[in-house]
Amino acid sequence: MDYVANTTTQEQQMLRAIGVERFEELLSDIPASLRNPTLALPAGVAELELVSRAKALARQNRCAEELDSYLGAGMYEHHIPSVVDALANRGEFATAYTPYQAEASQGTLQAIYEYQTLICELTGMEVANASLYDGASSLAEAALVALRVTGRRRLLVSEAVHPEYRQVLRTYLDGNGWPVEEIPAPSGITDRAEIAQRLSHDVAAVIVQTPNFFGCVESLAELGEAAKRRGALFIVCAYPIALGVIQPPGVASADIVIGEGQSLGNPISYGGPTLGFFAAKQELVRRIPGRLAGRTVDAERACGYVLTLQAREQHIRRDKASSNVCTNEALLALRATIYLSALGPQGLRELALLNLQKSHYAHSRLRQIPQVTAAFAQPFFNEFVIQFADSVDTQRLEQRLLEQGILGGVSLGRWYPALKQAWLICVTETKTKAQIDRFIDTLAQNVQVAHG
Amino acid sequence: MAEPLIFELSSPGRRGTVWPACDVPQQPLETLLPAARRAQPPRLPEVSELDVVRHFTRLSQMNYAIDTTFVPLGSCSMKYNPKVNDRIASLPGFAQLHPYQPAETCQGALEVLYRLERGLAEVTGMADCSLQPSAGAQGELTGLKIVRAYHAAQGHPRKVVLIPDSAHGTNPASAALSGYTVREIKSGRNGLVDVAALREAMHGDVACLMLTNPNTLGLFEREILQITAILHEHDALVYLDGANMNAMLGLVKPGTMGVDIIQLNLHKTFSTPHGGGGPGAGPVAVVQKLVPFLPTPRIERQGDRYVWNDRHPQSIGRVRSFYGNAGILIRAWAYLVAHGREGLVKIGRMAVMNANYLRARLAPHVELPYGRTCMHEFVASLAALKPAGVTTLDVAKRLLDYGFYAPTIYFPLIVSEAMMIEPTESESKETLDAFADALIAIIDEARRDPELVRTSPHATAVRRLDEVQAARQLDLRWQPAPGEKASR
Repeated sequence: MDYVANTTTQEQQMLRAIGVERFEELLSDIPASLRNPTLALPAGVAELELVSRAKALARQNRCAEELDSYLGAGMYEHHIPSVVDALANRGEFATAYTPYQAEASQGTLQAIYEYQTLICELTGMEVANASLYDGASSLAEAALVALRVTGRRRLLVSEAVHPEYRQVLRTYLDGNGWPVEEIPAPSGITDRAEIAQRLSHDVAAVIVQTPNFFGCVESLAELGEAAKRRGALFIVCAYPIALGVIQPPGVASADIVIGEGQSLGNPISYGGPTLGFFAAKQELVRRIPGRLAGRTVDAERACGYVLTLQAREQHIRRDKASSNVCTNEALLALRATIYLSALGPQGLRELALLNLQKSHYAHSRLRQIPQVTAAFAQPFFNEFVIQFADSVDTQRLEQRLLEQGILGGVSLGRWYPALKQAWLICVTETKTKAQIDRFIDTLAQNVQVAHG
Repeated sequence: MAEPLIFELSSPGRRGTVWPACDVPQQPLETLLPAARRAQPPRLPEVSELDVVRHFTRLSQMNYAIDTTFVPLGSCSMKYNPKVNDRIASLPGFAQLHPYQPAETCQGALEVLYRLERGLAEVTGMADCSLQPSAGAQGELTGLKIVRAYHAAQGHPRKVVLIPDSAHGTNPASAALSGYTVREIKSGRNGLVDVAALREAMHGDVACLMLTNPNTLGLFEREILQITAILHEHDALVYLDGANMNAMLGLVKPGTMGVDIIQLNLHKTFSTPHGGGGPGAGPVAVVQKLVPFLPTPRIERQGDRYVWNDRHPQSIGRVRSFYGNAGILIRAWAYLVAHGREGLVKIGRMAVMNANYLRARLAPHVELPYGRTCMHEFVASLAALKPAGVTTLDVAKRLLDYGFYAPTIYFPLIVSEAMMIEPTESESKETLDAFADALIAIIDEARRDPELVRTSPHATAVRRLDEVQAARQLDLRWQPAPGEKASR
């Protein structure tokens, strides 16, 4: 099927108006040898057939609706209030273009302005952009800002920053000769002595995450002070739901706060679309990447919104731009705006507390299983690492839990060889006590079976 | 009527969401978080659910969008976004899938992604494809990283990228971000790449040419085979900016032109909703010799199962977290399946036909500096209105009063008072006629009553906005009025 409106009669009328007899005449600039290639694709299908096929494929996936999932590690299962889909799916938002014609895009622009405000409030920062692709590319963009602003070359990145974010950082920097040094986090948080030792006057930025990849809350204030003393930028990757109860990085001398905003009203959707948020101190506003919506007035002095400081951007500055980013994640930013508006300050705090209490309940119960120990003794938010005794076959355990409809945790060995017996477990507000109890009872039973 | 900010609707104690009571034994907050607790709550609005619904519904009504009107933005391919695609992407089997689930529990999603890769490779005539990049510009970055890795593997990572002056701004920005020096190639008088100038610019340190074809004037590079041969003579690569792929769907395959790398903007050619500025997706397709350099992880088929594999030692690595914007990729897959072979050809043909029809309708009224015909878009110049004191910006704003979104303006940079128009295959002849009539009427107004056009728009939610003030007196977030309590 297709969505073409013109009839064959209209096609004839249009060809006549163009002044050609056959459509092919319009392709005369294409070398003849290249024209009308064969396409080895099946024939099209009607909507009814498409939907059946898609449903059949969707059924081959075992999703969070069917399974009891304790997976987090950067993508989190949170309840999404119904208003988010109902409003963000409106065609006036979803099928709008980037708001270049401001007068015909006030809805999108005002929503971005509100989003920027909300991100500043959450992070404790002074400016926020309209969004970037994801947490990983936001981290890379933040590092690039630090390199340009300081003119220095070294980056200190905590090993407790999401491993995929660090991989993306390396890809972005590769070819430019900027060394990325990884700071270990053997106790679950970034090694402060190691930072102090390596933090000299040629370091452009110190980059940490909180709660970090292991779920542990970092002591930001100390790290921020250390970075500041050496003139390095302090970049913090933050989990926005946690900011309902933990100190915003802006209070702890952060210069740039970035992160993954999927949790703010967006489905996990197999890892994307994602929402990179990016907030900074006011003094960096002309150096940051991405779009910015600003408030101004119209010809009658009424209030309105436009994209502003576009001289930083690729369509104006070309190879001198602060970033190459163009399309970002506007619709996800809108969803975050609706989500945070629906929650309000009290709703966000209660949500954060639910996550905190439920994960601690699961953690305290898991620790009672003889073959399980807590990997770290640090404060955590809604995610934590447990270690299984060496005798436990964790792959077999994962399989046995799956057979009983449970996704138990993310195995850390693929990124951290020292943690090959460790799982990262996440418990959000979506889990009831009964679910958590069943998960832990099932794990306790099977850890013995999987033993040896 | 202006809509207040959501913060201005706030009333202390009002709420829009209630959570279930905590059903697990609780510990004191001070025990769980001994330090670094939040002292002040963020100043989020305190509003009811109905407040939220009305506020965002009213905001939506201030937007022009494909679902409400014609959006003829050049190089943006603002085509109809089929509703069935949204429905499919929101099936729980896709929307509630976690990226770190074992592959055996995600076979349906992996099959969709695998088939999309194969489909995009077929449509572009390339050997293989990665779906990872988040949008077009990240696709460009990925492509350039592949160029660098290819030359580095031969022992000499080169330094220069050639880019025609009619290129999208993302091209030079991506090249600079990848550590290359940009050298601009001037267009010839016919708006096409000046082949002699290109030949002259070639040397052993040129890594690639970033070409847009059809270019941003809507013209197909007639000498494309010569152009790509010149690059290949020096073992340099040809990167094609696939932003304009809609013009070529089913009509010509970039792979047969000598293109080595192309990114596809699925939020353009493959109809995924633009969302007011994203999310998009920017898959990158490459020829055989560049396959080892594609980002990891890659989807692989092993017998009748699909798996993720990140063991590709020559890969440039990851360009983003997880596997790409899967929810967008699923929509593009649905679009590909629905259309099939004949449907895709029909898109390409009708995109070209609609653009040429609109061009022919406007030809007596505007200056068309390049070409006799066009591919999927064309560029008009409104410089003739200058004596009347009316600019292209004024005409664009006046089009909003007629209920149309405006075309891309002042781009490409090589045309003065440019207006770049792309109707896409979705629009009917009736819509194109109505748009042409409106533009012709505005040109007439510009001569009869220039003030009317200069002071437009008159019928939008706000009148013309002061961009200079926005940049001079930066106001990028709401703050409570002085004296108002800072925090609750």
